[in-house]
Amino acid sequence: MPKTEAKISGARLMVELLEEYGVDIVFGYPGGAILPFYDELYKSTKIKHILVRHEQGAIHMAEGYARSTGKLGVCIATSGPGATNLVTGLTDAKLDSVPILAITGQVATNAIGTDAFQEADIYGITIPITKYNALIKSADDIARHFQEATLVALGGRPGPVLLDFPKDVQTELTSVRKVDKLKIDSRHYQKPPIGGDLDSFAAALNKAKRPLLYVGGGAINANASKEIREMAEKGNIPVTTTLMGIGAFPGTHQLSVGMLGMHGTAYANKAVLECDYILNLGARFDDRVAKPGEFAENAVRAHIDIDTAEFNKRVSVDYLLHGDLKEVLKALIPKVNKVDRPEWVGFLDTLKKNHPLEFDDTTDTIKPQGFLQKLYEKSKGKAIVSTDVGQHQMWAAQYYLFEEANRWLTSGGLGTMGYGLPAAIGAKFGNPNKTVICVSGDGSIQMNIQELATIAMYKKGVKILIFNNNFLGMVRQWQELFYEERFSESEWNYNPDFVKLGEAYSIKGLRISNKSEIDKALEFFLEDDDARILEVMIPAEEKVFPMIPAGKSQKDMIEFSDTVRAGKK
Amino acid sequence: MKHILKILVNNHPGVMSHVSGLFTRRSYNIDSIAVGMTQDPEISNMVIVVKGDDSVVEQVKRQLLKLPDVIEVEDLAYHDCISRELVLVVVKVEDSNRTEIISICEVFQAKIADLTKTTMTIEFSGNTRQVEHFMEMMQKYGIQEIARTGQIALKYRST
Repeated sequence: MPKTEAKISGARLMVELLEEYGVDIVFGYPGGAILPFYDELYKSTKIKHILVRHEQGAIHMAEGYARSTGKLGVCIATSGPGATNLVTGLTDAKLDSVPILAITGQVATNAIGTDAFQEADIYGITIPITKYNALIKSADDIARHFQEATLVALGGRPGPVLLDFPKDVQTELTSVRKVDKLKIDSRHYQKPPIGGDLDSFAAALNKAKRPLLYVGGGAINANASKEIREMAEKGNIPVTTTLMGIGAFPGTHQLSVGMLGMHGTAYANKAVLECDYILNLGARFDDRVAKPGEFAENAVRAHIDIDTAEFNKRVSVDYLLHGDLKEVLKALIPKVNKVDRPEWVGFLDTLKKNHPLEFDDTTDTIKPQGFLQKLYEKSKGKAIVSTDVGQHQMWAAQYYLFEEANRWLTSGGLGTMGYGLPAAIGAKFGNPNKTVICVSGDGSIQMNIQELATIAMYKKGVKILIFNNNFLGMVRQWQELFYEERFSESEWNYNPDFVKLGEAYSIKGLRISNKSEIDKALEFFLEDDDARILEVMIPAEEKVFPMIPAGKSQKDMIEFSDTVRAGKK
Repeated sequence: MKHILKILVNNHPGVMSHVSGLFTRRSYNIDSIAVGMTQDPEISNMVIVVKGDDSVVEQVKRQLLKLPDVIEVEDLAYHDCISRELVLVVVKVEDSNRTEIISICEVFQAKIADLTKTTMTIEFSGNTRQVEHFMEMMQKYGIQEIARTGQIALKYRST
């Protein structure tokens, strides 16, 4: 605690606290109610501010930064419309457990509640979509709220927090720079002790003949990749990951069966049906993966999670352990038997051979699946890949393999179109030496396309891949399969010329539509560290397979080969 | 089955929205909610009565504990607890039935808080069952208005 009684403004204090906390980059957009803060930020030599073109871009950039670095992502917006533009990103971060600190300006305290210019009750609006939020009523409260907010954002199951900061509180003077006693309980930020019976948990696993690990995003947040690999290899236990868990276990590992769920691999979904024991590691039995009452119904089900509210929420389990996944696995691994499982592993290998990911590659048109395979090879699987939402997202999840965590950035829970481009920019700021690729579609990219300006302004070498089918592809796929091909409002006849649009921002681009052009295009795309736009024209009727229709279970999976048999391609 | 959740929370503005909002967005049905300060002015006690099977209420408890301002959640339904709610009820009276109503109130130990030529405002407190029972008795006289507080509850102490 500083000895000095010297008073500083609330805005100054916020900047100093951010600096002390090691925040060196923030993404934001100024406006009237946050000007005192921006004035202090202007004087900071430690914090770099990235000016975006829309606050939604700022928060998704903060998400991409946080998810690719494991650090806190910080975004700034002004009051009213600035703050409400953060709502989608906050919800996204809540559903995907991303540590975000959002700082918003608010009208002066004496104007709150009067429908003042650019006033919105962002505190009230964001109650259900933040892990913690506060309206700071006095500069003396800043230190406590800041400490609580940052601890909560990063602690336990991470999530977004929001501090709403009235203009007069930013200018008010305070000498309270640190508080010793926080109002929130330590359970919100300290690692919990392991809860549950490790021995009976391990005994059930050791009894299993056909066990399967089902790994979710929690494994990445807990930094538990090493332990998962150790456990899988020790017990010869095959591993499937959720969309959020991609990268937590090497996609090329012999024990990997890829992603499960709605658009997971056939072998992962069949493994779920065949296993006699399934161990959920930091996943949440999400509805795109698990149908209550039917998910792994013949298996013993076990769950390890840091969030007790996830236990028995959708799918009931037989065994559970509460705690930080890394810590729990460290304690569990010595109790797991070393076993060879030639039959079970061999069975899955045969499944992989007989039910591979497949698509029709006999035409001259470019198939996105094949294109992504090439992209994976050319980038040596080392890129950070962000996606938007739709068919391209699922193809990327299926065909681009990841060896490491924190390289796959996608909006899993909320399914936010417009996430990919800003997330890629945020990731590039956090990882300037890595190749960052945004995989998008002609629909998604237009949801936050204004951030091309941010790329241009900061000369960030983000690679933007746009699969263009002049359709909302996933919507079209559902309409084709379940709505008798009534393509209600999914066809786009008015796409811009994406290459020219890139040129307007001094970003080089290329459009291809024939398979023979792929190699050259990829060379152009990846040749240096400059930003690029690559627009790849693909057939509108191309679909994502396998597919488990919404609300159905693993038993109802449709494979590519089924549609070929039915005479549809 | 009814559950009586006693929730200790930090006493500052907005906490009520956080808690009640959680019930709304997760579609949990609140039967009654009552909030008051505890002996520690920094802490409030909320008593929320919810209907649901044990697994639903377990989920409610765990979700509540995720809120930073929630200090403790206890389901009093599993304990011997003493619960009360207060009701003010206005009934129509006529000369012919006034004494009858007054004697019912005596049996129930209900207080007559206000009296006019045509109405009687009665104050009654008891557990939910007693309140329901009392209201049933009043029904036939014609209830004009009701104000109920919702349940509050505490565990019985053992010495």
